[in-house]
Amino acid sequence: MATTSITVQATPLLAYVLHRADDALILGHRLSEWCGAAPLMEEEMALANMGLDLIGQARALYGYAAELDGGGHTEDDYAYRRDERAFGNLLLLEQPNGDFAQTMVRQLLYSAFIDPYWRALMASPDATLAAIAAKAEKESAYHLRHASEWVIRLGDGTAESHRRAQAALDRLWPYTGELFAPEAAVLAGLVPDPASLRVAWRESVSRVLIQATLRPPAEGWMQSGGRAGAHSEHLGHLLAELQYLPRTYPGAVW
Amino acid sequence: MSEAARRAEIWRVAGAVCDPEIPVLTIADMGVLRAVRLNGDAVEIDITPTYSGCPAMNMIALEIETALEGAGFGRPKVNLVLAPAWTTDFLTAEGREKLRAYGIAPPRKAAGRRGLFGQEQVPCPRCGSVLTEEIAPFGSTSCKALWRCQSCREPFDYFKCH
Repeated sequence: MATTSITVQATPLLAYVLHRADDALILGHRLSEWCGAAPLMEEEMALANMGLDLIGQARALYGYAAELDGGGHTEDDYAYRRDERAFGNLLLLEQPNGDFAQTMVRQLLYSAFIDPYWRALMASPDATLAAIAAKAEKESAYHLRHASEWVIRLGDGTAESHRRAQAALDRLWPYTGELFAPEAAVLAGLVPDPASLRVAWRESVSRVLIQATLRPPAEGWMQSGGRAGAHSEHLGHLLAELQYLPRTYPGAVW
Repeated sequence: MSEAARRAEIWRVAGAVCDPEIPVLTIADMGVLRAVRLNGDAVEIDITPTYSGCPAMNMIALEIETALEGAGFGRPKVNLVLAPAWTTDFLTAEGREKLRAYGIAPPRKAAGRRGLFGQEQVPCPRCGSVLTEEIAPFGSTSCKALWRCQSCREPFDYFKCH
């Protein structure tokens, strides 16, 4: 079997599905990196559970991408046989786990967006996307609640946990502008515009930050490029680990 | 055997397959078995996942194939369908009682998001006390949370509402 990367001629809808799938896969992989290293047993299970939900969502989306693509690719080909520049995930989600505070702040910033976004997507005229969204929104609601509780506990906790949570928020904030990046599929009326959730997202995050006694960073310059495949250096390292086995032993099955 | 009788028998055999993670429940109890279609000798079965990442689905599909082949119905085609999204309301009354008897608190009926974010009162599956508290929202499998009873002091699993 070929070890070469696949290429995808993406229509706006296929590109959109791959963006959503890449988001779920990359964040799911990041959470899986906590296996065996979480600060306590309950969090070990929570992080693995959330990672599993996300990888499940990625599988459903890659499966749909394979249908749309018609190029004979499988869901695994999209995860394991595309290069860094072909991944369209948000830069926020490839950022390293850092400490536990950084992982939970990242989870909050993403979940506060994707949870209402999945619910909006349930009204899509595309029946498959609507069905995937209807499953995912139940899971993201749990992720949002869990991350919110932790950010409040850390921010409103000890001086040290507050310092770490604030540092994580300041570090990750410039990556949040990309959550609302335009998608070509929006123009075709197939999916909701991420930008339509900007105000709701800001309110939902603010509510948590106030309780957490954390200071929202000033609005300023925002990072972008993930959707176009221009990634931070972290994604390449992540993919090296994620893709090592299928790239080294093509066609391996177990 | 008439087509209706054959379909009923296939439903019975396939529906008796157990969830590998909660072996006390069958996929019929869980509402995971969605449809049985006959097309001549060919059999198609629809199943739906409880959670997107539920790792039991491949195993369940394999066990349906084994059960139907063993019962002489040949190898079925097993499809994974997502719509309508599974919720805990698809659990049958019998399934809820089996869960409770097994020591897992069944999900509250029609709880949905309001139940998730409201004040939940979950009776202890062992002693029935309502003096219980959540230890962790994520448990040993995707579909369970970890709780504890303040009366009998036993920890227990709670089948998450959704």
